[in-house]
Amino acid sequence: MNSAVALQTTLPILIPLIAGALSLVVWRSRQLQRGISVLGTGALLLASIWLLLSVYDNGIQVMYAGNWPAPFGIVLVADLLSSIMVLLTGITGLATAVYSLATISKKHEHYGYYPLMHLLLAGVNGAFLTGDIFNLYVWFEVMLVASFALLILGGERAQMEGAIKYVTLNLVSSAIFLSAIGLLYGLTGTLNMADLAVKLAEHQDNPMVQVVAMLFLMAFGIKAGAFPLFFWLPASYHTPRVAVSSLFAGLLTKVGVYALFRVFTLIFPLGDSLIRDLLLAMAGATMLVGVLGAAAQFEFRRILSFHIISQIGYMLMGLALYTPLAIIGGVFYIIHHIIVKSNLFLISGLVYRLQGSYDLKQLGGVWRSHPMIAVLFLIPALSLAGLPPLSGFFGKFIVIKAGVEAQHWWLVGIALLVGLLTLYSMIKIWAEVFWKAMPEGATAPAQQRGGTGLMVLTIVALATLTVLIGVAAEPVYKLAEYTAAQLLDSQSYIQSVMGVR
Amino acid sequence: MSTLLATAVGVLYATAIYLILRRSIVKLVIGLVLLSNAANLLIFTSSGLTRYAPPLIPEGASAVVDGIVADPLAQALILTAIVIGFGVLAFAVVLIHRAYEVVKADDMDQMKDTDT
Amino acid sequence: MSMPNRPDSLILRVTGHFLLPLLIMFSLFLLLRGHNEPGGGFIGGLVASAAIALHLFFTSVQSARRLIWVDPRDLIGWGLCIAIASGLFGMFSGLPFLGALWVELSVPIFGMLKVGTPLLFDIGVYLVVIGTVLNILLALAEAEDA
Repeated sequence: MNSAVALQTTLPILIPLIAGALSLVVWRSRQLQRGISVLGTGALLLASIWLLLSVYDNGIQVMYAGNWPAPFGIVLVADLLSSIMVLLTGITGLATAVYSLATISKKHEHYGYYPLMHLLLAGVNGAFLTGDIFNLYVWFEVMLVASFALLILGGERAQMEGAIKYVTLNLVSSAIFLSAIGLLYGLTGTLNMADLAVKLAEHQDNPMVQVVAMLFLMAFGIKAGAFPLFFWLPASYHTPRVAVSSLFAGLLTKVGVYALFRVFTLIFPLGDSLIRDLLLAMAGATMLVGVLGAAAQFEFRRILSFHIISQIGYMLMGLALYTPLAIIGGVFYIIHHIIVKSNLFLISGLVYRLQGSYDLKQLGGVWRSHPMIAVLFLIPALSLAGLPPLSGFFGKFIVIKAGVEAQHWWLVGIALLVGLLTLYSMIKIWAEVFWKAMPEGATAPAQQRGGTGLMVLTIVALATLTVLIGVAAEPVYKLAEYTAAQLLDSQSYIQSVMGVR
Repeated sequence: MSTLLATAVGVLYATAIYLILRRSIVKLVIGLVLLSNAANLLIFTSSGLTRYAPPLIPEGASAVVDGIVADPLAQALILTAIVIGFGVLAFAVVLIHRAYEVVKADDMDQMKDTDT
Repeated sequence: MSMPNRPDSLILRVTGHFLLPLLIMFSLFLLLRGHNEPGGGFIGGLVASAAIALHLFFTSVQSARRLIWVDPRDLIGWGLCIAIASGLFGMFSGLPFLGALWVELSVPIFGMLKVGTPLLFDIGVYLVVIGTVLNILLALAEAEDA
């Protein structure tokens, strides 16, 4: 095996691990930790670009950890979907690291904020790259433990209450995932995803396969924040520091979505199955419930949290329709969503820095005092609502077009309605926070320390990316098209993993 | 034997879910402990129960073992899952301890501030 | 906590002092025995942290901190670094990450000794486990004292 391949598939996991270990070694020094965090995430971004370019040129890259051959050892597999997700992790990671420099207090840094952030990134990247179902579970847990700790860093009452719900539902999901792995192993005697795909093709009519697929749907559905069991998300995502919320909002639920995409294209290809009907219903309900929840909220970050759920619905819709165009739409939507959502959370933090509140009723007049920030908010907000020519428009357009082609009219109707309601939510934030005058007797900005330069810098960078994805939608569409083709052609994945070494 | 174990797994799941649905956070955590144990036992049961030799290859022997041996991979999976479960549950215990200090109640109904 | 912090038990104190070095030695034995036989870094680390936890029960947090003479957080950091480094060695020699390298050393008295990167990995895990367990344990004990 080529050692460059080994390096580029391992680096996205290795860099955050090394950065985390190093920042633990120097935990006494704030400055060193901050330096390592920016350098580490920067290097991660570079490594992920390298990986994507190489996967784009040379096809699926496979790394056999410890040099054990395919079905026996653990493999790392980088196909286009994985490397796109890794790239997005790199972008969000770097943005969060820079933003953290300006917003994370000394106390949080002392309690290990940076090592945990790196551990989280390592877990996320590991989950994206692994080609082994049990290894996926391990990376999920790495990610979860890091996110648990980040969630309660600071120890406020709301954080504790949110964390209990977050921990409980995620542990339940992990247990379901583990049970599914156990049953799957009993059924096939293998854990390698490519090998599973081969072996399960022989077990098509075994009802146990349906049961296992259903367990996977449930486990990843909880992690993704999909319809029936999403309550943990809006209960917890608004409680930690904004940088943490932004990282969670961008990446964590998307790991669940990624796992759904991977499992239901490779291991249990969605034909005309019961699972597919269920997934379609879940997608519709997720969109609707999320956006209705958001409409009732008057807290900046809670509105955004509920919108994560409704957006997850669009991605699930892309997967559930299971036509090439729909998968393209799903992939495009993920690319667009991660950047936009992280950015919106970062903006909520910036507004908090300026006015000292997240409550829409306490806020106001930002348009007067900081027109540039208001414009910066409009870019991701309108993109989220799906207005052309921003990135969200294309994502929604492709998914809905796929829905029309598949003639799922009710789902298309929900998707359009939810787009409209998303716009309503964003306009509500705009009107309350930016447009209306500062309310009487609102708490004056509690003289927040530190500048906003770095915060604005990250927000501008992410907003630029949003505009770029919208303006240069063609290449991104092409990339999503190749990705979808690769996802639907599970044979190429299987051959890359199991084939000649 | 596997019927017995399967029943045990079922009882464990049922107990775990009953405890998770209770209002007390201590019972909630006990439920989570049982749930992870139920999953481990399920892996153990579903990977096939054998009454044969342990999967050890004597020194100098060829890699192929004579006769049927127990499946080592399932045991490795369970060991890993136990280690992970141990770590996560240690965290959960610390969390409910801190939550109890902050909220001063062992009752999920007192922890509704972040909902809606 | 309402009850007195350290119930003084003569039996615990006396046996504890004897058990501490024995347990540490046993943990090192487990650590070195790993890889080909039952044992390894994780189990060794747990035994070592159990030994220090035992010490914590009959003395104080300060004494336990003095006993390990480094901050548990340093142990986690260095342990992780060692474990990752052990994987990198393989990479520099053209193997993938975590590929194992073995060296045969002839040590006087012991004879041939086979040392490799998996041992290094185990040592890293050993330190991480001790560091993590003690970090949680000491934090909880300190919170109780306060």
